[in-house]
Amino acid sequence: MLTAFLACVMLSFGFGATSAWAAGETLQGTLTNNGAPVADVKIKAFSQDGASVGEATSDAQGKWSIPVPGPGTYKVDLDQSTLPSGVTVTNGRPSLTPAVAEGQQRNVLFPLGGGAGGATTGNSNQPAPSAPSEWNRVADLFYAGIHFSLIIALAALGISLIFGTTGLTNFAHGELVTFGALMAFLFNVTIGLPLVLSGLIAVAIGAATGWFQDRAFWGWLRKRRTNLVTTMIISIGVSLAVRYIFLYFFGGDSRAYSEYNAQPGVEIGPFTIAPKNLVTDAIAIVVLVAVSMALVMTRLGKATRAVADNPALAAASGINVDRIIRLVWTLGGGLAALSGVILAVYQNVSYQMGFQILLLIFAAVTLGGFGTAWGALLGSLVIGLFIQFSTYWIPSELKTVSALAALIVILLFRPQGILGRRQRIG
Amino acid sequence: MNWESIFSVSLESIIGSTTIAYALAAIGLNVHFGYTGLLNFGQSAFLGVGAYGIAITVSTFDLPLALGIAIGLAASVILALLLGIPTLRLRADYLAIVTIAAAEIIRLLYRATDLRKWTGASDGLQGFSQDFYALNPYGTGAGVNIADIITFSPRDLWILTVGWALVLLSCLVVWLLMKSPWGRVLKAIREDEDAVRSLGKNVFSYKMQSLVLGGVIGCLGGFVFALDRAAVQPDTYGTEFTFFAYTIVILGGAARVFGPVIGASIFWVLLVFIDSTLSEMSNNKVLPEWFMNTTQAGSVRYILVGLGLVLLLIYRPQGIFGDKREVMLDVR
Repeated sequence: MLTAFLACVMLSFGFGATSAWAAGETLQGTLTNNGAPVADVKIKAFSQDGASVGEATSDAQGKWSIPVPGPGTYKVDLDQSTLPSGVTVTNGRPSLTPAVAEGQQRNVLFPLGGGAGGATTGNSNQPAPSAPSEWNRVADLFYAGIHFSLIIALAALGISLIFGTTGLTNFAHGELVTFGALMAFLFNVTIGLPLVLSGLIAVAIGAATGWFQDRAFWGWLRKRRTNLVTTMIISIGVSLAVRYIFLYFFGGDSRAYSEYNAQPGVEIGPFTIAPKNLVTDAIAIVVLVAVSMALVMTRLGKATRAVADNPALAAASGINVDRIIRLVWTLGGGLAALSGVILAVYQNVSYQMGFQILLLIFAAVTLGGFGTAWGALLGSLVIGLFIQFSTYWIPSELKTVSALAALIVILLFRPQGILGRRQRIG
Repeated sequence: MNWESIFSVSLESIIGSTTIAYALAAIGLNVHFGYTGLLNFGQSAFLGVGAYGIAITVSTFDLPLALGIAIGLAASVILALLLGIPTLRLRADYLAIVTIAAAEIIRLLYRATDLRKWTGASDGLQGFSQDFYALNPYGTGAGVNIADIITFSPRDLWILTVGWALVLLSCLVVWLLMKSPWGRVLKAIREDEDAVRSLGKNVFSYKMQSLVLGGVIGCLGGFVFALDRAAVQPDTYGTEFTFFAYTIVILGGAARVFGPVIGASIFWVLLVFIDSTLSEMSNNKVLPEWFMNTTQAGSVRYILVGLGLVLLLIYRPQGIFGDKREVMLDVR
């Protein structure tokens, strides 16, 4: 009776999107490139004597379907000239001849790969994109690494600052990342606002949630003098509950925003990059630089670093420690939400996207040195590049493994991280 | 609403095989977390190596089950050593991050399509439990049937017998060890590591022994889990497994010999009752579809466990049987 408990839940989410067409024989499929849907691709179907029976164009979700007159074997051609630039059919078979049984909705699979978009974590079982040339492949990996490290850095900065000022290793930070992406989805897809505006609203709500979390919960725990290990396990409970509340309301599917899907890449030197990713990179860099400057230059930033160094001494010198901590939570919530929106533009929204990158964020923070803001940025850069370049040698589904293994090896040799101080570790 | 089946599955889970597997996982975790103060967030990996140890040995390489059990136990010892060496000298939260990372690494390796010919990738492995059930002394009779509510087949009875024997054996070992001088050192490490070090004890070595002991007990849970299901599947051994085990340890009371066992029974009875009630309700359209469909009913258990863990730690960190003074761990 109790068997199949986890597996059953997991399995029941994966499907559901593929079986919603009308009765009658149909050829259908979903075109995705590393998890992102590929729209506007022409697919034609022919009967065995070569007569055309219909054609279809994939929609924003990458879905296409062609009703066929009856059971039999059909020839299905994917028009490769309509694929976004850089994207190819990875098995080199753009023409298939599936048999359709009576009343069957036959799924036809065209594995796609290449291009600038791509899933960075999770379970994409796509084979590695067939390399146009070695040099282009290295360039693409380099860019994907930079892009991914900016996403990690936004979240890692928040975790690192929260750890620095409160000592809490916040396992629920991944859910703040997901929360940002979900809020943008709510405003963009459900309500129908433009994505840019939805993203701004999501970041504002994320920051407000960070503030509110500390005001209502974490600050209250600090006042009760709940010790740090207990608080850390509490954050795990929060993470578990919140993640499945997301699942409850959002469902298990991975969904795209209404704009900027499957944007074709633009060639810039050796790189092929979708413009949306360049824009989000610019935003991330501006925000990261601004926050870093603020930490160094402004009075509040100095106060933040003082609290991170020694809360008691900071309090004695007239700094309102609770106010600083609340500020850090607000900032952390906003940065995490931004990270979530950018990640979702890159690889769609799902209820566990934040949790999937949480361990990589921890790896970045640990590598850079816990509690140091610069360390978080540096660590993110190293992890982001490492994770992408590791796919040069190992299958891409194992790239997370390589980053986590690197984390363990680093702890062996330099446990305080690149920029960390010895005293924090013992 | 089929109340009879709801009560039947709930009552059966007081001593059911899932309860046994989680009880063993929690007993091991209790050695780590309750007695030694180690934050092991990768207990699922120890169950995973146990389960895959027998599955790969028997199913992939066609070797005897006994060898599989030996390989599973050896793998859990090696895993404990690998996890302990980089982290046991560091502060507690480093162990937490490394263990959770290691558990994910192992799960992702089980899933990897390139290793399919050994691990079966995301489909897992089946067909390794025949030798175990061939030893079944209860024959093929009717098994146990109490008023048609609680029913166990001879197959169930055999796994329950072995499982509970393992649980009692583990409890006995933990009880004997914890009242020995060795156990007192572990508890002293939990309270004040520096004090123990200044008394000339090798703290690293004691922590490592604790990690190995708890890991091996967890590995036994993996055996029970895999043999009961007669299949292994990588996603069963995810992070949720570990956090369920944490909730069980804290519910029953950390640093108590029978805390995890009673915690596991209570946890699974509650969870199965709520779960099956909700799924009955959503299947029979008692709840409106917009409010809760079957998928959503499946996610409620995780929400409840998460909230339960938070509330327990805030309002009753010692759980049912624990002593509050013993669970005020801190790392700074």
